[in-house]
Amino acid sequence: MVDEQNHEQNKAEAKNIEIRVRRQDGPGGEASWEEFSLPWKAQHNVISLLMAIQAAPVNAAGQATRPIVWDCNCLEEVCGACTMIVNGKVRQACTALADELEQPIQLEPMSKFPVVRDLSVDRSRMFEKLKDVHAGVQLDGSHDLGPGPRQSAANQEQTYAFSRCMTCGCCLEACPQYNDDSEFMGANALGQVFLFNLNPIGAVQSEERLETIMGRGGLSDCGNAQNCVEACPKDIPLTKAIASLGRDVTVKSLRDLLGR
Amino acid sequence: MAEQRLIVVGGGLAGLMATIKIAESGVGVDLFSVVPVKRSHSVCAQGGINAAVNLKGEGDSPAIHFDDTVYGGDFLANQTPVRNMCDKAPEIIYLLDRMGVPFSRTPEGNLDFRRFGGTKHHRTAYAGATTGQQLLYALDEQVRRYEAEGLVRKFENWEFLSAVVNEAGTCTGITALDLLSMQIEVFEAPSVLLATGGPGIVYGRSTNSMVNTGTAAAAVYQQGASYANGEFIQVHPTAIPGQDKLRLISESVRGEGGRVWTVRDGKPWYFLEEWYPAYGNLVPRDIASRAIHKVVFEHGIQIDDQNCVYLDVTHLDPDMLTRKLGGVLEIYEKFMGVDPRFTPMKVFPAMHYSMGGLWVDAEQKTDIPGLFAAGECEYQYHGANRLGANSLLSCIYGGMIVGPNMLARSAETAGEGGSAAADQKARMENRFAKLRSMDGTENAYALWNELGDWMTRNVTVERHNDRLKETDEKLQELMERWQNIGMTDHGQRANQELSFTNQLWNMLELARVITLGALARDESRGAHYKPDFPERDDENFLKTTKATWTADGPQLDYEDVDTEHVVPRARVYNVDIR
Repeated sequence: MVDEQNHEQNKAEAKNIEIRVRRQDGPGGEASWEEFSLPWKAQHNVISLLMAIQAAPVNAAGQATRPIVWDCNCLEEVCGACTMIVNGKVRQACTALADELEQPIQLEPMSKFPVVRDLSVDRSRMFEKLKDVHAGVQLDGSHDLGPGPRQSAANQEQTYAFSRCMTCGCCLEACPQYNDDSEFMGANALGQVFLFNLNPIGAVQSEERLETIMGRGGLSDCGNAQNCVEACPKDIPLTKAIASLGRDVTVKSLRDLLGR
Repeated sequence: MAEQRLIVVGGGLAGLMATIKIAESGVGVDLFSVVPVKRSHSVCAQGGINAAVNLKGEGDSPAIHFDDTVYGGDFLANQTPVRNMCDKAPEIIYLLDRMGVPFSRTPEGNLDFRRFGGTKHHRTAYAGATTGQQLLYALDEQVRRYEAEGLVRKFENWEFLSAVVNEAGTCTGITALDLLSMQIEVFEAPSVLLATGGPGIVYGRSTNSMVNTGTAAAAVYQQGASYANGEFIQVHPTAIPGQDKLRLISESVRGEGGRVWTVRDGKPWYFLEEWYPAYGNLVPRDIASRAIHKVVFEHGIQIDDQNCVYLDVTHLDPDMLTRKLGGVLEIYEKFMGVDPRFTPMKVFPAMHYSMGGLWVDAEQKTDIPGLFAAGECEYQYHGANRLGANSLLSCIYGGMIVGPNMLARSAETAGEGGSAAADQKARMENRFAKLRSMDGTENAYALWNELGDWMTRNVTVERHNDRLKETDEKLQELMERWQNIGMTDHGQRANQELSFTNQLWNMLELARVITLGALARDESRGAHYKPDFPERDDENFLKTTKATWTADGPQLDYEDVDTEHVVPRARVYNVDIR
């Protein structure tokens, strides 16, 4: 709800919103840019602009085109689906407010994942990686075993910060070490290892979890560029987790070497 | 018989919980979801999950939780299933706690509980301001372990199209659409669960996620499953209007002390506190939504020329707000550019939740044998109005009991598919071939915008029979115009317009169920409010609406409600009369 003054001001400043979209019909296909021009409305975000194009798919040159394919779901930045590159920066499209963006608003798919079509990419390898690092607490079963262990509020606050990771991939897109030539698992998987090692029940498997990040593609592949923590939309202290895991891995290596 | 696998459609809380229960017994699950399960709509639930664990020494109990729930639902819910759910709630909280959900803690290290609407007790466990997300992730992690073991096979980016129903009328599998290749496949199983969420997208913009089209429930409704209490749509009192979505501001904001007010004669007017002194800002959602409508439309009070009221937390400690409500307030700040810790939020009601859904019995069975439903896509636990923080509970409870029920059924019978599977696949392929070749002048998304506008205007907070009739006529017009859609995307891969056009038909079918159910119910009960029939009418309408599909539109029948445990009484929140 932009107030009336703003409303008038904005209307005067920009009657239309100009958008450029990088389009690709499928994986491996040729990519090309297409321009769109839409009437300004209060509270447009990148999602509502893409929706407006869906309902009337005509480009800036006035030619009929096909609607843009993109991923989205919750539209309130908790599901991670609508991640894309907006004006050169990886972020969620739902919180990319048109009034705050320079025009033309340039939309591209994430570059570190295979393109499905247009702005939609396949991030399934992120979920696969969560399997490899045992991201989760191993329960004896879902039957009633009474309450879990007590936890300090401080511990809860620390784990909660990491548990908000929505597997969106911003940290990987931003990471120079995460690319086709490397096996680096990236910050999000490391953050999950840190999270479950902090959990009182999860800690039971902390040694196994540490082992999963000690090999190729693990912790030692991190180049310490610290882009991940900058890119994370949830301000998860990823570099803190990486530093802490580094200490844990060193201690474990020494212990392993000495046969405990 | 070869290795038996069961089918779960939907990867939100209900679907994942059912998957865990089935996989835990050693039986395989094929799990279908239109999005990677971790992106399901359950992530949007902010405020918490109810369980009468009574850790605050208030004398809370599952019996009181049960009473609050059926009372809050205006006695339309069958009482025995609600009672069982409330009894099981503390155990569910403990299970989630063991799974590693980072529930907020007290200084002593116990689970913390907050207040929510429609109760006097601190009964809502929460994980910061993203409880649904945290619960979903915990279940997702458990399912991922079974996936790594090979027991669970995930079909993400697959959309359920229809049930396979054999000659005997038994469900023996599903057809599904691969949303990348756009190929249709058939999958057979002795029992199938739909845990596909609510129908918010029928209303265009709502607090729901984009996947909440209700398409799966509407598809099996057209195949003979009945749809119950469709007219009961919860409108959440506090959302931020937006172009793409109406974003929820959680009830937990009021639970932690947030106040609702507007400006009358130049002075703040705390109308909820004035009208409902017993519950104040924590009246149930239907009451708060109607009150805001009354203030804005009857009293004609706007703020800055906008239809909205203030939701105010500026009198509360900013550090507490950040700690307990950070995620909620962050949404407001991200989308409105204003910090609500220092400036009151502007909010207005928005379509939020469907109490109605597929009819099920106490074992979560639909009336197609072999087909089960759990979560928001079924109707069973909330009656005429859902209390805040009961939805996460009903999803997980439904999933928990349906898993073993599906196993039991599969052990006793395995429906013989015969040619049903191949026939149904051919039918769906035929349907999609027709959709692809549609070359009319209408745009599916533009029709959907019209649908949303009509439903939001006429079938939410206030219902009038003349406007409901007009809406049903409009829906039939939209169905005719749907036939004249022209595809703008002719691609073979990830063609979202193609699947959306199919969903849109299903949304229109469901919209008629909702609208005609509302038209027929000449009373006011919970979320269903008709100014011309302002009283609850137990004599005629203490009944579940059951809609069954016919070619001429929904046929409505009524079924008695189980009132075994408490006698229905008047529902009032302005004074304590309980």
